[in-house]
Amino acid sequence: MSQNAKLAVKNLNFYYGNFHALKNINLDILEGKVTAFIGPSGCGKSTLLRTFNRMYDLYPKLRAEGEILLNKENILRSGIDLNMLRAKVGMVFQKPTPFPMSIYDNIAFGVKLYESLSKADMDDRVEWALQKAALWNEVKDKLKQSGLGLSGGQQQRLCIARAVAVKPEVLLLDEPTSALDPISTAHVEELLHELKRDYTIAIVTHNMQQAARVSDYTAYMYLGELIEVGGTDTIFTTPKMKATEDYITGKFG
Amino acid sequence: MNLYMRRRIVNYASIGLSVLAMAFGVIWLLWLLYTLFLKGFGGLSISLFTQTTPAPGSNGGLSNAIFGSIQMAAIGTAIGTPIGILAGTYLAEFGQRGWLAPATRFINDILLAAPSIVAGLFIYEIYVSKVQHYSGWAGALALAILVIPVVVRTTENMLRLVPNTMREAAYALGAPQWKMTYYVTLRAAKAGVVTGILLAVARIVGETAPLLFTALGNQFYSSLNQPMASLPKVIYDFSMTPYDDLHALAWAGSLLIGLFVLGLNIVARILVRPANQH
Repeated sequence: MSQNAKLAVKNLNFYYGNFHALKNINLDILEGKVTAFIGPSGCGKSTLLRTFNRMYDLYPKLRAEGEILLNKENILRSGIDLNMLRAKVGMVFQKPTPFPMSIYDNIAFGVKLYESLSKADMDDRVEWALQKAALWNEVKDKLKQSGLGLSGGQQQRLCIARAVAVKPEVLLLDEPTSALDPISTAHVEELLHELKRDYTIAIVTHNMQQAARVSDYTAYMYLGELIEVGGTDTIFTTPKMKATEDYITGKFG
Repeated sequence: MNLYMRRRIVNYASIGLSVLAMAFGVIWLLWLLYTLFLKGFGGLSISLFTQTTPAPGSNGGLSNAIFGSIQMAAIGTAIGTPIGILAGTYLAEFGQRGWLAPATRFINDILLAAPSIVAGLFIYEIYVSKVQHYSGWAGALALAILVIPVVVRTTENMLRLVPNTMREAAYALGAPQWKMTYYVTLRAAKAGVVTGILLAVARIVGETAPLLFTALGNQFYSSLNQPMASLPKVIYDFSMTPYDDLHALAWAGSLLIGLFVLGLNIVARILVRPANQH
């Protein structure tokens, strides 16, 4: 592939204690594209996603071996500034996790960590992020209200806005719509189309139609191994591997 | 059907036993409150709050004791709360690895279970005996020692109730740990932490033992540098006398403390109701 690899995974192995969860993963995630990870539960797709911002570092006994290059710099080496890494690689989780503060402050919290903006600039940034997440029209009159008072779908879009607001280079989405109703899901999917112009996106999903709808590239994983990766059209129409085809056609999984 | 009947019988039996156990607990509380009202209500009057503790045979109130209790409890809480919150936060958020946190937790548990008179003796030994006089400050310090373990325990427990996904979300934005803790998890646990403080206050306002060797007691209003009166100590002293009018004051004081502690607990309950979490 001639395009620029934003994230390059090289010989990645991951362990939960003695359990070998990711086996020798090699993969490029291309800049400005949406890459979807599919596979049955427990196949390691979330684990893989959580290596890209080293979220696993929070827990003892978890370790990764190999290399993950972000802009050609290995993020797995020790001594890397994890906070800076996470400012560059944003993440949205399966369950909405609004902070116990106002809608406005939910967005401003992350921005304030690395930028000092004037009040007016911060107002603009908050509006911009909420616009991006297609939430602005619903919350513009209640920015001072608690983010916990929003509906589930709104909370998730708030979390996306929060992640977008810090202007990361890469956005990781771990089953971002699994807790949402179909309308909210559609909102979020539209949003991904919008966002990929500015960001590189990696999304884990259990919903194959979703992967087909939103992604440019799809990676199929099974039991900790990357079985096949390619253009989404190719993967869903003419997969090379029998296992991929079985999963996609619903014979398995 | 047989199995179904058996389940129903076991179900009713379990519910019946639970209700009995609950009633057994509640009866004592209600009885206690009833007695307090019966004996103490007649003693409630304005003079209770305006006059100082009397000598036997003369009229008086409890104002200096109320004032002393409020002052010492307030200072004890003010000293103990920050230490307790910081230590509890350390245990829940920062002490994941190493031996210091488990050791601290163990010592805190001992402190929580320690008889309160030990706190009084400790302050007597390190402070009162050195400066050679009893004082309100000494009483406040002894109470602070009782506040700390309660606040440590509730702060840690409440922070642990904050889901890890919230921490991950803050970290995922690149937040350093202290900002995550201060702005996100402590805020999420705020109601619970405040509840812990209220419960600590409820505990210390009724304590007599830690004040025996520290604040001692006083017939009159006093500054914190002098021996200071407190409600529990006055109740203790007056109930030891043979005089009916002093007994009446002791009952009135008991009712005051009882109502205050009950009120604090109710407020604490309301605060931790899920709907009021924020």
